[in-house]
Order: sequence, then C-alpha cells, then structure tokens
Amino acid sequence: MAGLEFIGVRKTYPNGVQAIHGIDMAVADGEFVVIVGPSGCGKSTLLRMVAGLETVTEGEIRIGENRVNELEPADRNIAMVFQNYALYPHMSVFDNMAYGLRNRRTPRDEIARRVAEAAGTLQLEGLLDRRPGQLSGGQRQRVAMGRAIVREPEAFLFDEPLSNLDAKLRVQMRLEIKRLQRALGTTSLYVTHDQVEAMTLADRLIVMNAGVAEQVGRPLEIYDAPATLFVAGFIGSPAMNFLPGTVADDGSGANLDGVDRTLLVAPPASAGRGRIMVGIRPEHLEPVSREEAAMEVVVELVEALGADSLVHGLLADGGEGAAVTVRLDGARRVAAGEVLSLAVAPNHVHFFDPDDGKRLA
Amino acid sequence: MVENRPWLTVFSHVVLCLGVLVTALPIWIAFVASTHPADSMLSGRTPLLPGGHMIENYATVLGSGVRAAGSIPVGTMLWNSFVMALMIAVGKIAISIIAAYAIVYFRFPLRRTCFWVIFITLMLPVEVRILPTFGVVASLGMLNSYWGLSVPLIASATATFLFRQFFLTVPEELAEAARIDGAGPFKFFRDILLPLSRTNIAALFVILFIFGWNQYLWPLLVTTDEGYYTIVMGIQRMLQAEDAEPAWHEIMATSMLAMLPPVLVVVFMQRLFVKGLIEQEK
Repeated sequence: MAGLEFIGVRKTYPNGVQAIHGIDMAVADGEFVVIVGPSGCGKSTLLRMVAGLETVTEGEIRIGENRVNELEPADRNIAMVFQNYALYPHMSVFDNMAYGLRNRRTPRDEIARRVAEAAGTLQLEGLLDRRPGQLSGGQRQRVAMGRAIVREPEAFLFDEPLSNLDAKLRVQMRLEIKRLQRALGTTSLYVTHDQVEAMTLADRLIVMNAGVAEQVGRPLEIYDAPATLFVAGFIGSPAMNFLPGTVADDGSGANLDGVDRTLLVAPPASAGRGRIMVGIRPEHLEPVSREEAAMEVVVELVEALGADSLVHGLLADGGEGAAVTVRLDGARRVAAGEVLSLAVAPNHVHFFDPDDGKRLA
Repeated sequence: MVENRPWLTVFSHVVLCLGVLVTALPIWIAFVASTHPADSMLSGRTPLLPGGHMIENYATVLGSGVRAAGSIPVGTMLWNSFVMALMIAVGKIAISIIAAYAIVYFRFPLRRTCFWVIFITLMLPVEVRILPTFGVVASLGMLNSYWGLSVPLIASATATFLFRQFFLTVPEELAEAARIDGAGPFKFFRDILLPLSRTNIAALFVILFIFGWNQYLWPLLVTTDEGYYTIVMGIQRMLQAEDAEPAWHEIMATSMLAMLPPVLVVVFMQRLFVKGLIEQEK
C-alpha cells in the first residue's frame, strides 16, 4: 500500500482547454480523500489522470515512491470503480472479477481464493455464476467493488460510483464503502458532486472549482471555515446565505444591505472599512423576539422535511430584497407571508472579501 | 394500440393473405413442376398438384446433371455456391469488424478520411467496377478458382459501417476498465468486443451468406471451368439449352435445391438473427 502525490499537476486538452490548473497535494497511505465539485470542475479528469486514462500535461503524479506519468493503467497498481460500473456484460460475476487477475497471470487457485474472499466480504457468494444483466443495481455496484478489491491495489479510484443508485441504496452503499475502506486500509480517491457523500466519506476533502483546488481539509474544518465564497456556497445544504454589506464605521459590526439595524458581529480587522460579504448558514439563524433580532425575513415558501423545515424568504426591510434561507426545527409551524425575526449565532458568521472571494480572518 | 374496427381487421388480413399467395404461389408451382415428368410442363396446362416423379427428377439433377446444359451435377454446383457464399460472408465479417475496430478505437492520422473513403465505396457496387476488377483478378491468375469467386466481393462498406455503429454504442468505460484490467488492444478485441458482437455477427452472417449465394453476374464472368460453376448461374445455363426444349422439370428441381441452403441458414440462425437486429446486450 502506498500514498499518492500530486506535484504541480496540470492538464491541457489538445483543443487548448485547460482542465487542471496546477494541483499540489499529498494523500497519506490509507487515507480516504474525496474530490468534490460541480460538473466540469476537472475532478473526474484528475482521477482519470491518476488512473492513466488521461495524459498528464505538466507536473508529476506519484503512487508510493514511483512516478507513474508514463505507466500504462494496468501497471500503476490501481483499481477503478466506474459510475456505470463498466462490468463486462457477457462474463459471469466470477469472470468479471477474475479477468484482471488472469491477464496478470495470477495462478488459478490464487484467483479462486481472492474472488471467494471478495465475494464473501461483499455478500456475492450466491451470485458468482450470474451475468451482470441479471443483477440489481446494488449488486452490480458490489461486483464493481469486488473487481477492484481482488486486484489488491495500492489505491482505489472511485468515479461517482453511487450516482446510478436510488437514494436509499446510495446511503447503504455509502456506509459499506466506508466500512470496507476502513477494513482494507487502502488509499482511496473518490470523486463525487454530492456533498453529503463527500462530507460523510472523506478523511480529507478537496473542493475543486474550474480546475483549481479551492480548499483542502477535513470535512468539518471546511464546513466551519470555508476558505472562499465558492467553498462556502458549495459545502453545506441548503447553501449558505450571502448578504452583501458595509463594515460599520467603528468596525464593531456590519450594515447589511436592506437591513436597518447593524449586525453586531465584528468583522476581522483585515476587512478594513469598505464593502464586505457576510455568509450565514441557514442552520445558524434562529427565530427570536423582534427586539433581539438581527434581521427580519418575510416567508415566501416553506419546505417541511419533517425533522426540520427549510424556510425561504426575503429580507423584510430590503430595497432589493436579498433572499435568505433558514433551517428551523420541524415542530415549528411557519406560514407563507409571516415575518420571522431572526438572530445570528455570533460564532458562525463568515466574512469574505467581495472582490476576490477570499475568507477574511 | 388496441383498436376495435372489425372491417380494418378483415381488410388487413385479406391484404396479408394476398401477399402470402403472391410470394408462395411461384414457389409452389416450381415445386409441383419438379415432381412431374418432362412433358407435363410442356403440355400447355400447368399442373397444380404434385406428380409422381419427384425422386426420379431430383436423383437425376443431383447425380448426373441436366444433360442439355452440359451435365454438370447439381451437387457440384451447390458445393461451389456454398463455398463461395461462406468465403464471402466470413471474409466480409472478418475484414469489416477489424476495420471498424481500428476506426472506432484507435487514433491515427487520417482516421476520418479512411472512414469516409470506405463509406464512399458503398456507391461502387461490383457491377460498376466489374471490368477493372475482372482485369485484376485475371492478371492475378484467379480465374476459375474459389478465391477469384469470393475475394473481389469481400470488401464491405456496409458491414464496416454497421460494426462501427455498434462499437460506438459500447460504453467507453468498458474499454477503460479493460485497460486497467491489463487487457491490450488485441485482448480487448478478443475477450470483450468479439463476444459482445456475437449477435450482430450472426445477423450479418445470414444477410451476407444469402448475398453471396445469390451472386450471379460475377461467377458468370470469372468461371469458364465447369467445375467452378455456381448454382445460380447454372440454372441460367440450363435455360439456354440449344436445339432442345428446356427441361423444365429438372430446372425446377434444381431451383428448389438452390433455394434450400439460404432457407436452412435463416431457419437455424433465426433466433440469433432476430436478436442481433433488435436488441443489444449491454
């Protein structure tokens, strides 16, 4: 087993499109790293570069101690799980798992042993003679995992492996993947656009946007202190509320556009005295009495989820009426048109520079 | 769509029955004629029920051939046709599947040009290029041989195009998974692509076998040796018998025999054939 290292990795497609703008990072041995980002941010490209399915334009990728840029996928000692599983439709489950081993001239009894072992771990024992077409989505997913496990690779690469499953199965498989990775202790790189998957699976998270790693860190670190406006908006569901404003003259708070009173949370000194972007997560707004409120919101729409309700509204005194989302306890009944007085948890207010989007600290 | 219009049902059935009749009647008459003695076909009244000379007539054509047409046994001609059709079908499939594999899975200079050149040859059937092709085959000394009968007909743009379309529907990840599993280009072709194309190959085989079997003009040109006559051109020669009435009973018996192999191919490969045309295992 081994770690993984990216050194100044860049990717430019022959048509001139630059997909990766320079990634530098190291993945420790046995670590589970999730790359998350919107479609087209380059996360899959990065993974495919590790797999050897895309060439590296510049920089170096190392698996363990070895530079792998020039190696064929089969020689990199990795295993990949594809979004559509990419199982060989005409082969049995057993052959699907054994194919890679046979190509590497693994002895027959060794193949049988490894496949049986993987099938045991993944509860596929009774299905080894079936074809992929005769399996359910979850079972196919497990076969794809099995095909990766039997290789006993240095690293697992997952390319959105759960996005073809229904919601319930996705939660279940998510846990299974996590459990499996813990048990095997294999370094894993996992690409997804689903931030719940990202938060729950990752030891460490890479948030990517437009070919750049915007932030790398533990999931909760990123949630608590997003480094940029993009990360703040991308991690956390529903997304963080962004309210533009101006730093108060004495620096003790911020005057939000469309709010009469000053938000009494002091921005960091680096903010200066100019414009500022204030970020507040929906779960850090709390209904209080009018007097204590930091802002008032006219309720437009309520999404009752049971455990909690998502309230979408507009700032009450606002000229342009910035939209605000609030997460309330599900027991609380709110109707459209109602005015909510909200207080802000002072430790959970984020300040960003509106020009470059960087976090102010 | 479920509709309840009795007259439409009756009408469409009448049309269908007429269609079947139009197709089947000539075959039936050919069969009936092949079971009568020589003179009943020439009497001016076509019999509609089988006569009693079936075994005799078929034994004659299979054994000694039609005397007025040079007495080439039909068995020989059937065998020639079979070899030619088989070589054409297998050759076409082998060449076109490899060509399609190259065009779809490999990046090489002028890839698109190659594809379009192949595609354009669709417009040039044998009949158009028959003189130069004959010249080439003659100077290669392939006249009167199975190679001469089949090789010029083997190149196939249609089959290449069909395989290309099929390969394009095979998910790209399959090729990538195979690469990670350590399968090189040849292994991927043999282990993944070929088994996946099985039903397509079967469907194409049926079509191409019948295409090869029915070749008429080309065999007529390249064979002068009776030992290489094919059945379809053989029938035509029987009609041109000089100084004699055409031996209709024997000609019809030969026709019946000529029809048999394509029918058998269709019957035995029907399951795969239909599967290949309608569904794709993925």
